[in-house]
Amino acid sequence: MPILEVKNLSMHFGELAALEDINLAVEKGEILGLIGPNGAGKTTFFNCITGFLNATRGDIFYKEQNITRFGPHRVCKLGICRTFQIVQSFNEMTALENVMMGAFCRHHLTGDAREKAEEILKFTGLQDKKNQLAGGLTLADQKRIELARTIATEPDVVLLDEVMAGLNPTETEEAIGLIQKVHEKGLTIIVVEHVMEVIMKISHRIAVFDSGELIVDGPPEEVVQDERVIKAYLGEEYHAES
Amino acid sequence: MDLTIFLQLIISGLLIGFVFSLIAVGLSLIWGVMDILNFAHGEFLMLAMFTSFFLFAQLGIDPLYSLPIVVIVLYFIGAGTYRFVIKPLLGYTVLIALLATFGLSILIRNLVLFFVGPNYRVINESILAGKTFSIGGLYFSVPQSVAALLCILVTYGIYLLLTKSKFGRALRATSLDKDTAMLMGINTNRIFEITFGIGAACVGVAGGLLVNFYAVFPEVGLNFTVLAFVIVALGGFGNNGGAFLAGILVGLVTTMGGFFIGPEYKYTLVFLLYLVVITIRPKGLFGW
Amino acid sequence: MQSAKQFTSIFGGVLVLFLVAPLIIRDTQFQHLMIMLLLFTTLSQAWNLIGGFAGQVSLGHAMFFGIGAYAAMAPLNQWGLTPWIGMAIGGLVAMVAAVIVGYPVFRLKGHYFVISTFAVAEVVRELFSNWDWVDGPIGLDAPLVEQGWRNFMFYHTKLPYHYTLLIFFAVVMFVAFRMERSRMGYYFRAIKQRPEAAQAMGVNITLFKQYAFIISAFFTAICGSMYGLYVLHIEPSTVLSLDISIKIVLIAVLGGIGSLWGPLLGATILISLQEYSRIWLGGTGRGIDLIVLGALIVIICVYEPNGIVGLIKRFSRKKRKA
Repeated sequence: MPILEVKNLSMHFGELAALEDINLAVEKGEILGLIGPNGAGKTTFFNCITGFLNATRGDIFYKEQNITRFGPHRVCKLGICRTFQIVQSFNEMTALENVMMGAFCRHHLTGDAREKAEEILKFTGLQDKKNQLAGGLTLADQKRIELARTIATEPDVVLLDEVMAGLNPTETEEAIGLIQKVHEKGLTIIVVEHVMEVIMKISHRIAVFDSGELIVDGPPEEVVQDERVIKAYLGEEYHAES
Repeated sequence: MDLTIFLQLIISGLLIGFVFSLIAVGLSLIWGVMDILNFAHGEFLMLAMFTSFFLFAQLGIDPLYSLPIVVIVLYFIGAGTYRFVIKPLLGYTVLIALLATFGLSILIRNLVLFFVGPNYRVINESILAGKTFSIGGLYFSVPQSVAALLCILVTYGIYLLLTKSKFGRALRATSLDKDTAMLMGINTNRIFEITFGIGAACVGVAGGLLVNFYAVFPEVGLNFTVLAFVIVALGGFGNNGGAFLAGILVGLVTTMGGFFIGPEYKYTLVFLLYLVVITIRPKGLFGW
Repeated sequence: MQSAKQFTSIFGGVLVLFLVAPLIIRDTQFQHLMIMLLLFTTLSQAWNLIGGFAGQVSLGHAMFFGIGAYAAMAPLNQWGLTPWIGMAIGGLVAMVAAVIVGYPVFRLKGHYFVISTFAVAEVVRELFSNWDWVDGPIGLDAPLVEQGWRNFMFYHTKLPYHYTLLIFFAVVMFVAFRMERSRMGYYFRAIKQRPEAAQAMGVNITLFKQYAFIISAFFTAICGSMYGLYVLHIEPSTVLSLDISIKIVLIAVLGGIGSLWGPLLGATILISLQEYSRIWLGGTGRGIDLIVLGALIVIICVYEPNGIVGLIKRFSRKKRKA
């Protein structure tokens, strides 16, 4: 039984079909990579699942419960949490307080939330920056904080929207390591990423979006061979290289 | 219910509605481009009315002839407000600009109160004031009709300016994305200043015409500020066409409500309408 | 955020100061100033909960203030009901009013909340001005009743008002302090900074804005009751006026929005300035104090958007660097 399942999902903005009839299931413990050119509908897909957008048609099931019309906070409480494509730190809060914001989801007392947040900060390697204001940290650190506070909500499924965009190679390596560590804790991960090497390396399965449609869904090595994918997204160059 | 009375009410609702529309369009313009709530909007209107009134009372210039002067004065008041109050605050949260214009409204209102006192002033004998004409048994107030007509024309002029002119294109680009507009070589600072000036000039027109049939006093702007905000929100933010239509609607509601329920409740009715509308249509009647 | 220890010591100091001041200085004008100071600090702190911490600017708090004032005065006036019950009723009605105003608008983005509060307050003022039971625009005078705690009327001393307000001030300060470091306080700040990120963290932002507004409305109404019982005369054009709404916001802005000590700092400056300018400039009736207020708001906004607290922070940061 898949932990998250999307059936016939469509999202229209007026005339524009940002998503058209998407069917996709995610198994528990899986890392699913989402790729596709800009405007293919990946972020819209995240927004629909997490309740930031109300889908025009279709249903979303989480642990067999229909969550299609649930608001973002309810989705989070149920165990699906996300990061944002453009980093959304609470700038006027410290790193610790940012992560506490996530921990408050399951721990209502400040002391408990702080304890949980300290633990997550250690896990994500941020403990020496915990008293710095998030707004003053580097992009890499801010992205890491966002991941940390996402984990702090103790989700079963995390949706990561380009957590590696804008990072240098070393930072990217660290981020990959962190995602794998998160996965080892038993979390199911859906990750949107533009860097092909990264997505190939970490994903168990890859779904390719193009112009709002899901065109291919399969293991990484099959997906890169697929004609439609090469045409839609990877382009001749990548094909030649591989 | 007498049909004539009903038609008469519709006419006066429409006539005042067009004036509301122009005031709201001026506010909507500033709002749409800068995301700033100008709380001094009603005070701008009050200043326009007083400018017109004193040009008449002191120099004997009829409000109809002094209209261009009032409009120019208000343009500079608007542009000056932008330069000295709004511009320094552009990097801060919207709240600060809102409070600043709020402070400005108190300052202007009480300065005027200090210099001219709280009395109501009325112009009785201008070219337009106090005259009526009738068509088919229905009476039309001349100053209100002229005001409505001019307000429609000015609103249409602003529509043309926004859609057809080079300035309009630059303004729309700026309101969509300020940074990109700047990269494209648009002087956004200049655009903002002109927009603020035009927004104020709109109430200049409205104020210069209102003075023919509406009493002038330092607190006259207050009700208009509330109304203008509600009208813009009703129409949908930054939607000038929506503001125009909502203005007419509010004109009808105040007139009809004032007659059938009682004049003391006309603003209550407008506000109830606003609450109902945003509950059902969160982006206003004409927003999407 | 200030440490708990720091807060406790400053708080203790302030309480002691207010405790002994009216006993030492018996001048009634000064005692009046202290009462106004306590009242407006408390009011502004109540506003700070929704406007400062949660970042939802209300320009209509006069409606809660007025509701509180009328709820204490009208039943006392008409039926001789003890104002303590009236006060409780006022608090409840204000909370209901907060729900009615907040429910349709808190789901929406943008300036809808500001407009709604502003406009509803004007409507409430109009309604009271047309309500015969509370004598419309003329307003209500406190009846001549037996003085004492039952009627909360004291004709020869200001001290009971002072100490009652002091207790209330302490309660509101303590609530604000506890709230700032509770889950709710964190949620308020998150809603102010990044509403969408807060939602993703499981925060029902509509609900928490509503909480902030309800609590704020309740405290504001109690302040309104106390004010009415202290000044003995209320009317729509004072207790429900835009001036009250503005003054509450201004004090918070002047002191530093969203800061625990901002209201006290702001009130100290503004209320002293206002009371003494009233005494010195006399009753010209032409609103010189409001001219000063308006100019002050513009100047603060343009030159020091972070208020006095911001100024102090900037200054101490410079000193630390040097």
